[in-house]
Amino acid sequence: MSRLLVCPPDYFDIEYEINPWMRRSNTVDHASAVTQWQGLMQVLEREVGASLERMRPMRGLPDLVFTANAGVVAGQRAVVSRFRYPERQQEEAYFEDWFRSAGYEVVTVEPNLFFEGAGDLLGFSDCWFGGYRQRSDIQVFPLLSDVFAREIIPLELVDGRFYHLDTCFCPLSGGELLYFPAAFDKDGQEVIMERVPDRSRLVVPEHEALRFACNAVCVEKHVVLPAGCPETELQLQSRGYRTHALRLDEFMKSGGSAKCLTLALD
Amino acid sequence: MMTAQETIVLRGHIIDSLILAKVLDLILTMGGSFDLDRVEIGRTREDPSHARIIVQAPTLAALNHILRAIQPHGATVEQERDCVVQPAPADGVFPDEFYSTTHLPTDVRLNDLWIEVQRVEMDLGITVDLQRMTARTVPMADVRKGDPVVTGQAGVRVAPMQRPSERDVFAFMEATVSAERPHGHVIADVARRMRRLREEWRAGDASAKVLLAGGPAIIHAGGRDALTWLVEAGFIHVLFCGNALAAHDMEADLYGTSLGYAVNAGHAVPHGHAHHLRTINRIRAIGSIRAAVESGTIKRGIMAACIRGDVQVVMAGTIRDDGPLPGVITDSMQAQAAMRAAIPGVGLALLVASTLHAVATGNLLPAAVPTVCVDINASVPTKLADRGSFQAVGLVMDAASFLNELARQLGRSA
Repeated sequence: MSRLLVCPPDYFDIEYEINPWMRRSNTVDHASAVTQWQGLMQVLEREVGASLERMRPMRGLPDLVFTANAGVVAGQRAVVSRFRYPERQQEEAYFEDWFRSAGYEVVTVEPNLFFEGAGDLLGFSDCWFGGYRQRSDIQVFPLLSDVFAREIIPLELVDGRFYHLDTCFCPLSGGELLYFPAAFDKDGQEVIMERVPDRSRLVVPEHEALRFACNAVCVEKHVVLPAGCPETELQLQSRGYRTHALRLDEFMKSGGSAKCLTLALD
Repeated sequence: MMTAQETIVLRGHIIDSLILAKVLDLILTMGGSFDLDRVEIGRTREDPSHARIIVQAPTLAALNHILRAIQPHGATVEQERDCVVQPAPADGVFPDEFYSTTHLPTDVRLNDLWIEVQRVEMDLGITVDLQRMTARTVPMADVRKGDPVVTGQAGVRVAPMQRPSERDVFAFMEATVSAERPHGHVIADVARRMRRLREEWRAGDASAKVLLAGGPAIIHAGGRDALTWLVEAGFIHVLFCGNALAAHDMEADLYGTSLGYAVNAGHAVPHGHAHHLRTINRIRAIGSIRAAVESGTIKRGIMAACIRGDVQVVMAGTIRDDGPLPGVITDSMQAQAAMRAAIPGVGLALLVASTLHAVATGNLLPAAVPTVCVDINASVPTKLADRGSFQAVGLVMDAASFLNELARQLGRSA
């Protein structure tokens, strides 16, 4: 069974602007955010069959809800994030505490390097990919490669709207890849084509990529993604995936969707 | 010419991700160049690869611009240490573990700054001045007790040779020697360089000197007139030779012979074997070659042309010399020092028909100086090429043919 770390949106809000999606004037409808988040949890628990670990929300940390950026977990080891923006750096200690209390061996990266967790590190069982240039530093990947004994292929993110790898790149359980090529430079696109066979690459059209179609949670044959991405859903369904489209637009105001709201623990 | 450089390292899955290719591409598109010093490729997919790259750029500003651009892709400047210096234990003695120089451009790191080593030459030591933040090479014999001498390899870097910008025979960096290879185009390229250097020299460029180191075979073989013409026409600015070249040149002027053989007729003349001794004796009586030329005793030839043309002449003696002529330096360490002092500013070196002077001069020259070694015996150019001068061209040919062809290409009428 898949375990996911989540954090209720009690204090979710837009209190600062650190990506092109965030506008402080674009007020969060708190009740609606809570409803959307609970809807996501219901689907994950009841339909997808995931078990959820809930973190305690903290006042003053509006983005703690985006647990994908807590760090990255493999086996009993957790590498805690080190955020680029001071606005999110206070979250580090809370995520670290949670990992420790849950019994993980906590590994930290060098203090002068930035790494934003599973937001920038995703992959298949044999090979991982690391997004860099927007938030995480490329230099962390060789260190993580040593920690996890995995190959990590760095991919340069060239479009500020897709500031984390998980906003434009989603590996699926069957080996397929859901992605938006224009978020990567030509070298990155070439490497993806080299590593993922033609028939396994599902290209998301730009208008759906901008709705964060790639910010999807895949557990076995279930894919949970934001609503409004019919072409992506059709592609997924044609590969035998069951899609769950959910309204998560309150979180899009902050530049996050389904995937950003979860962290895979196993 | 690339003048600024820094060593960077790149680690991780840099090959399959095309990160290495991207970094190299950025360096080139931003006007820099690189030298892949070391690339270690991971043995398994999980193993990271490692690259050490020397980045070069025309200016420090351009280099910093490149470094800033490649840094986000993981290129980090290698941590450098200052060089280690130890005092020389005695006059003429380096500390154990002294750093032995190459003839390539070399920098040492002092107080976290890279300082270019002055007067680079192979097989010397390096001494530093921490107050002035300077470094220079120092021959073993010249080091004084207590001088700070660089030891070990830390904090010393040697710049790889750059491919010269001129697309001529020197640009190929082959340093190969072959008797079979056609000479015409090589001599044409040398002539082209000499024409340019003469212009620059006349325009006041102190680094446009042409050095010729030659042996007496130039006279015996019939190259005297051509070399005289080259000196008179202003193509040669420094002459290294021994007692013999000068003696036979002046013998030819006084007696028409070279080591007793009539230069024009090609046979031995009666009592000719003593002509070179009589020549030396005459010059010794006058006191100097300069006085012999200025008094009209010596009228024509290489030495006369050098005196009249203000060409710097260094004559280094050997153990078998007759006389020697006044001005010949018989202490070999003093001779070496005098030759060394004439090297700065040399932009082209012609080493013609002399094993001793060719090898001695070759050892004194920085690797960046284009060098042509001409000898009828292939072992001499080969010996020069073996020292790793990238810009050394060896010609296995007769000295007179070389000089005549060179002079012809430079406008001397036959």
